[in-house]
Amino acid sequence: MISVADIFTVIAVSAGAFFFMAGSVGLLRFPDTLTRLHALTKADNLGLGLVVLGLMPRAGGLLPALKLASVWLLVLFTGAAVSQLIARAARDGDQDDE
Amino acid sequence: MTAAVVFGLCGAAAAGLGLYGAIANPRPLRKILAFNLLSSGVFLLFGVIARRGAVSAFSGDPVPQALVITGIVVAAAGTALAVALLLRFFKATGSTTLSAGALASIPADSIDE
Amino acid sequence: MTSDIILDCILAALVLAVGCWVIVVRDSFAAAVGFVAYGLLLTLVWVRLDAIDVALMEGAIGSGLTGALLLRASSRLGAKEQSAAAEQPGVMLRAVAALFSVIVAAMLATAVLYLPDPAPTLAPEAAANASATGMANPVTNVLMAFRAMDTMLEKVVLLVALAGVWSLARDRFWGARPGPRFRSDPKDPLALLAQTLPPLGIVVGIYMLWEGANAPGGAFQGGTIIAAMWLLAVIAGLTDAPPVSNRRVRLALIAGPLLFLIVGFGGLWLGEAFLAYPVAYAKPLLLVIEFAMTLTVAVTLGLLIVGPPDREGAP
Repeated sequence: MISVADIFTVIAVSAGAFFFMAGSVGLLRFPDTLTRLHALTKADNLGLGLVVLGLMPRAGGLLPALKLASVWLLVLFTGAAVSQLIARAARDGDQDDE
Repeated sequence: MTAAVVFGLCGAAAAGLGLYGAIANPRPLRKILAFNLLSSGVFLLFGVIARRGAVSAFSGDPVPQALVITGIVVAAAGTALAVALLLRFFKATGSTTLSAGALASIPADSIDE
Repeated sequence: MTSDIILDCILAALVLAVGCWVIVVRDSFAAAVGFVAYGLLLTLVWVRLDAIDVALMEGAIGSGLTGALLLRASSRLGAKEQSAAAEQPGVMLRAVAALFSVIVAAMLATAVLYLPDPAPTLAPEAAANASATGMANPVTNVLMAFRAMDTMLEKVVLLVALAGVWSLARDRFWGARPGPRFRSDPKDPLALLAQTLPPLGIVVGIYMLWEGANAPGGAFQGGTIIAAMWLLAVIAGLTDAPPVSNRRVRLALIAGPLLFLIVGFGGLWLGEAFLAYPVAYAKPLLLVIEFAMTLTVAVTLGLLIVGPPDREGAP
């Protein structure tokens, strides 16, 4: 018997997978580094967030669910910092070329 | 056709790939990469043997898993030493390949200053 | 063909595709990035093989540490590496290498397909002897108790590799600080990262060490995370790598293997065997050894990445 929680998990994880695919398509198709970073943040924030949300009902308790959420928060934080660093390097690289 | 067999074949193919890369690519950095690929393939084979040794209490034989853990650490240490050697070679000769011209261009007294 | 096997086949095909790319691509930096991705995919493979401890190791050391080393090397070698891409070995060498590799891969694949059934295993004996240490994680039992000799020698191998890396310094730099001096810019996001993550990372590392007794984890995995946190602080310029002649650094490096040796000889002195733990004190002894090991692993792995001493002003 398929429960509501299982349906929720499938929908949320599929939505997350869609955002990951959108981010990958953006990475491949966008013209330069800054726009590609913009596409990747969609995968990081929304994609991972939806996957984590979908896995919450299956986590088995409050503490494992909190651990999953903390994984998402850490990825968010490091992703934001690393995107800034890459963007800065890309901008400085362009200025060196000119 | 179980998961273990699928990943065992994957490990065999990875070992073959790594071996090809180690022999065919002349640049030392690529050889180091290929050696890591080769060792990961061999570790996968260990993992397959561990997975097939599952009994009712454990989901895998712990002894090959422990051997792979040790192997991963030792392989990383070896890679660190190889990379340090490569960087030192690059600093001394300015070349990233092991061609004969590069080795001959090391002045005899430059290494120890 | 169940859906599980199909997913496993897709994962295996992905792993091989990335592996091919790492071997074939011309740019070395791209190959190093591909190798990091390869390591992360392998982590998934290890989870599918029900070896969570190995998955943690592969993700931390196989992909993270080795990936960082190779990325740093390929960016240091830079433009020279690009121009070296032009020289290719002859067709003859590549054909022979390909033939040899295919033969070796075929032999390994045959071995996999004809593995004995039922599979020989040591799991029942590991289960039967688990009461000797009181820990529930069988891999930790094997690493720390049943094959403790291997783990001790592995520590020594790490030390020898570090000594090898240090020996590559120029004579006048001997004993100095390794690696370049990174400048710290308080407005840089890297400084923010390096101020926020290490406390979390150290807690996670110690948690992994502690949980390794009864769940997947252990000294190596925890030590690698702590080493990564230290490296983050060094790269952000918040702290500097210590000079390699620093006495406390050297004490931390030998703490792990030294404690192992002391406990080992203690077992001999108590009349049993080398590295035999007295059953009453097994768990506390193992915990002490694991703590010392985590410290050693963290310091050794961190120093292996920063490299040989490279700066003027040896103390």
